[in-house]
Formats: sequence, C-alpha cells, structure tokens
Amino acid sequence: MTTPTAWSDDLVEADRVAGRLYTDPEIFALEMQRIFHRTWVWVAHESEIPSPGSFKTTTVGGEPVIVVRDRKGGINTLLNRCRHRGATVCDLPKGKANGFTCPYHNWSYGLDGALRGIPYPDGYEGVVDKADYPLGRLRTESYLGMIWATFNHDVEPLEDFLGDAKPWMERFFKQSNGYPTKVTGIHKFRFKGNWKIQLENTTDGYHFPMVHKSWMTSVDAETADMMSFMNDPTAVTHALGNGHSVAIMAQAHADLDVDDGTEEIQPRFAHLVDALVGHYTDAQIRRMMRSMHGCGFNLNTFPNVSLSLSFFRVLIPISVDETEIWHMALGMDGGPEIVNAERLRIHEHFQGPFGFGSPDDAEGWERVQRGAAASPSMPILVNRGQNREVTSPEGWPTSHVTDETGMREAYAMYRRMMSDD
Amino acid sequence: MTDLTDPRVARAIALAWREAELLDDKDYETWADLYTPDAWYVVPTDPSTDDFASSLNMVYDDDRMRRMRVARMTEGFSPSAVAAARTARTVSRFSVAEVSDAGVRLRAAQVVVAYKRGSYSVLAGDVTYQMILGATVDTDRIGGKVIRLLNCDDPVSASGFLL
Repeated sequence: MTTPTAWSDDLVEADRVAGRLYTDPEIFALEMQRIFHRTWVWVAHESEIPSPGSFKTTTVGGEPVIVVRDRKGGINTLLNRCRHRGATVCDLPKGKANGFTCPYHNWSYGLDGALRGIPYPDGYEGVVDKADYPLGRLRTESYLGMIWATFNHDVEPLEDFLGDAKPWMERFFKQSNGYPTKVTGIHKFRFKGNWKIQLENTTDGYHFPMVHKSWMTSVDAETADMMSFMNDPTAVTHALGNGHSVAIMAQAHADLDVDDGTEEIQPRFAHLVDALVGHYTDAQIRRMMRSMHGCGFNLNTFPNVSLSLSFFRVLIPISVDETEIWHMALGMDGGPEIVNAERLRIHEHFQGPFGFGSPDDAEGWERVQRGAAASPSMPILVNRGQNREVTSPEGWPTSHVTDETGMREAYAMYRRMMSDD
Repeated sequence: MTDLTDPRVARAIALAWREAELLDDKDYETWADLYTPDAWYVVPTDPSTDDFASSLNMVYDDDRMRRMRVARMTEGFSPSAVAAARTARTVSRFSVAEVSDAGVRLRAAQVVVAYKRGSYSVLAGDVTYQMILGATVDTDRIGGKVIRLLNCDDPVSASGFLL
C-alpha cells in the first residue's frame, strides 16, 4: 500500500487549478517547504530600516525573522530565535537597537547575529563556543531598495529571479520623481482565506468594476475614468516569467518619464499645485501630479509582494485558510509633505479595514474560501482570455488586463516549484 | 475629577450612547447627522500621533468623506457592507478632560463585538469625543471623535461596520 501524498501534478493545469489548493492543510504545509523555504521571499523596503540598528520583524514561511541594518550598513535577515532555548530575541514590530537580548537567560546578540554574551558563562566553559552559536541567518539581497530573503543558500541570485520584472520595478519607482521612496504607513489586516486567492487578485482586472463599484462611485470622474479599463485595448497583462506578471491598467502612466503633454492635471489636485507653485518648476509639479495615483500598473511578483499602482501589497500566509495582508503607503523622502499627505489620503480612501476598497475585496476572497470547500476536486478556472493571448515583441504572453494571463503565469511557477520534491 | 452627574457631562455621555446605538443599528444617515460639519472622525494606525494629517489612518473623515462613507454603507454596491457583521458595542469608563457650557471633551473605552458567519470578533479601543452642547439636548452634536484601537498598528479585521 502506498501512502497518498497531498500533492500531485494534475492539481494544476494550464487553465485551471483544483479547489483543494485553497483548503488542504497538507498542501499548505508543502507550500511552506517547497515555495516559501526555497525561493526569494520579500521582507522589507530599505526605508523601513534606514540606519544602523534599525530593524523590523516579520515572518518567512511561518518562521519569525528580524530584518536589521548592521553597523556597516549591511542588511541581515536573522531568525528571531535564541540559540539557547528558542525564545524570540525581539518582540517589537519595528524599532532601533544596539543588539538583541533574549528575555529568558539574557543571551545577547549583535546586529549581525553574532552571539556576544552569555551570563554566568562558567557553566559553558568547554561546552559552548560563542562563535558556533550565532542567530540563524537567511541569505539576503536587494534590488532598488526592495529586500528579499531566502532560506535557500543555493538559490539563483535575486536579480536573476526577478528577471523581466526588473524594468517594471524601475518604472514603478519613477513615481517618487527622483526622491528616495519611503514607506509612510501600513494598513494590516487578515482575511479568512488562502494566500493564493490574494496572489491572484492583484492581477485580476476583471473584478474591479463589480467589487469596487462603491469606490468608483465615490471618487472624482477623472479617477474613475483612469480605472475604467474594461474596454481599453491598451490595458494589458504581460506574463514576465518566474511567476511574475504585470497588469497595466493605465497605460498613459506606465512610464512616467513619457509625457506627451495632453493629459490634464486632475482638478482634485488644484490645491497641491497652488501650494507648490514658486517652490518647484512647472515641470516638476506636473510630474508629481501625474504620479499621484502611482505607476498605472500592478507588478505582481511571485510569491508574496506586489508593487501595486502607488503602494506595496505584501501577503503573509498564516494557515491554509488565513492570510495577513500589508498595504504599505509610499511617499517621497524629502519631497513636499503636502504631496505625501495627499498620497496618504488616496491610500486611505481605498485601502485598509475601513477603506472603500479592501473590505470588499476581502469579502470576495472569504466567499471563495467558503465556496471552494464544495467539491474540492472541482476546478477553479483561470482560463479567461486564453482565446486572445498573444506573444508581445518582448516575448511575454500577453492578453487584456481583465484576463487571467498573470494567474496562469503564477500557477505555472507554483506547479514547477511544488512538483520539485 | 469631574462629577459624572454634572448635567453637561450627562448630556455628553447620553450622546455617546445615542451614537453607539445608531451604529449598532446601522442607521448611518441619522448617525452622520450627529456630527457637526467641521468634525473629524478618525481611526489612526499610529498609536501615539496626534498629527493625523501627516500619518496613515484607517479612517480620516471630514464631512465630505463621512457623507460618502454613509452612501457606501447604505447604497448596496459594497459587498462587505451588504454582508456586514452584526455588532453590539459598549462604551463606558468615561472620564472628563474638559467641560464648559459650550461642550465636553470626553474619554471612554469602547468594546465592539462583531458576529459574522459563525464567528465573534472583538475590537477594543480608547475613544475621545469632543461633544458640542446645543441650546437643547436635541441639538447636542459630536464635534470630533478619535478611536485608538488597541491593535491599531497590528492587523485589524473589520467587516462592513463602523466604530
């Protein structure tokens, strides 16, 4: 008799996935091993840890980690676990420290994870050499200020993994208009659903006019028009490889360096223009106003971070049926504060547990989780737009932004990783 | 310590309870009319800031946003509002920061228990109210309200209701 295993390759086909992928705890456990412990997982933006000793805590594949800048400016991702008896050595979401001391027996560690001190060391003479007991360390690399970490020390370099997502990252950060990008606030919430439901959503243009009708009716006509891409043939999704994709909703903003001068600045920003005149050139002001809503696209990187219009969307799997989401607002470090404040207002309007958008997304996702429990072998369809998918000059599978090309790309990568035991 | 039986304070507390009932009843149009046009209704993410304009909030409503929020909660286009949790809230532990014939600045604890799809959830926090006393009780209004959730900088889950 053979032992049945949770995974089989036929759970994911080119145009459909089994509903069980959302509901089976054994599959979730395998995902943590084969995806979240094997590939690059996004952990931080460099503005969150700006100077030596700055840290934040998060998790990678369910394991608590500290992302910290050391005295030499290097970025370390350390397991938040004392080498003695396993207690976490840091209990704050973010902050600044000279090192980390375990609260239990006060073993202390440097910002690079080195074990510095053991109280009453006589009991360890000839037993413990401090050099052998640093905090566990993940491999850490960054690109354009975005920091990823991995348990897999043999994985390909981060930039190779990002591949064709890199030029889109460059375009995304153009919304900072030459200033360094900084995280200006975070909305965090959880929903009762599998992490892949959220992974799909950031490349799901199809839901927007239905789920977000409430938001659409509450914004000004120009903003609603910008997000009215259902019948816009220039609004497309490209599959970029390695599970990454980009969903372009507003092509006119996809490269903020390109400006033919025809776009009118939205009247809602007139008070900003008035405040900036005399302090910035007309060209600078126009550029900042055109970037108020971000970059015009969602860059969905596999498996856990999206650079989404004007913010970062981070997903943290908690369990097979629970996921934590961070929506991180962005501003210009050193840029005009009145503009950064307006960007916060735009973020608040849609995002967060009381925003006009996020709760409606979460309602849809929770309904997917509940419904997928019915007939778990019945497929979830990701076939929209297969009939009109073409290859772009760059070689990217491409269809309309309301199609499911980005989901198919993510699931192709998912299948490759899950099949590799 | 101010006497909670001071008639002005009693009116302010009655107004807080009136608001709580309207929110549990999801009578949002009547609720919005309790606020003065210049009132801010704020749920911050930063536990320590008073500079709400410069930081990210969960709710940062002036009159215009508040009216749009009422429309969102009532017009039927928002799936989360349509499937809103049922709530029962208690507001208590009142203390008075300031009292005059014109108004009362009140502090309280609020516990909102929400029920949806077989699960209860709790959102607890500290609330400050700026109550504006009118010529009569019927014209008392809320001139501002800030709700600091205990978990404001951690994940907050809410579903189709207001604090």
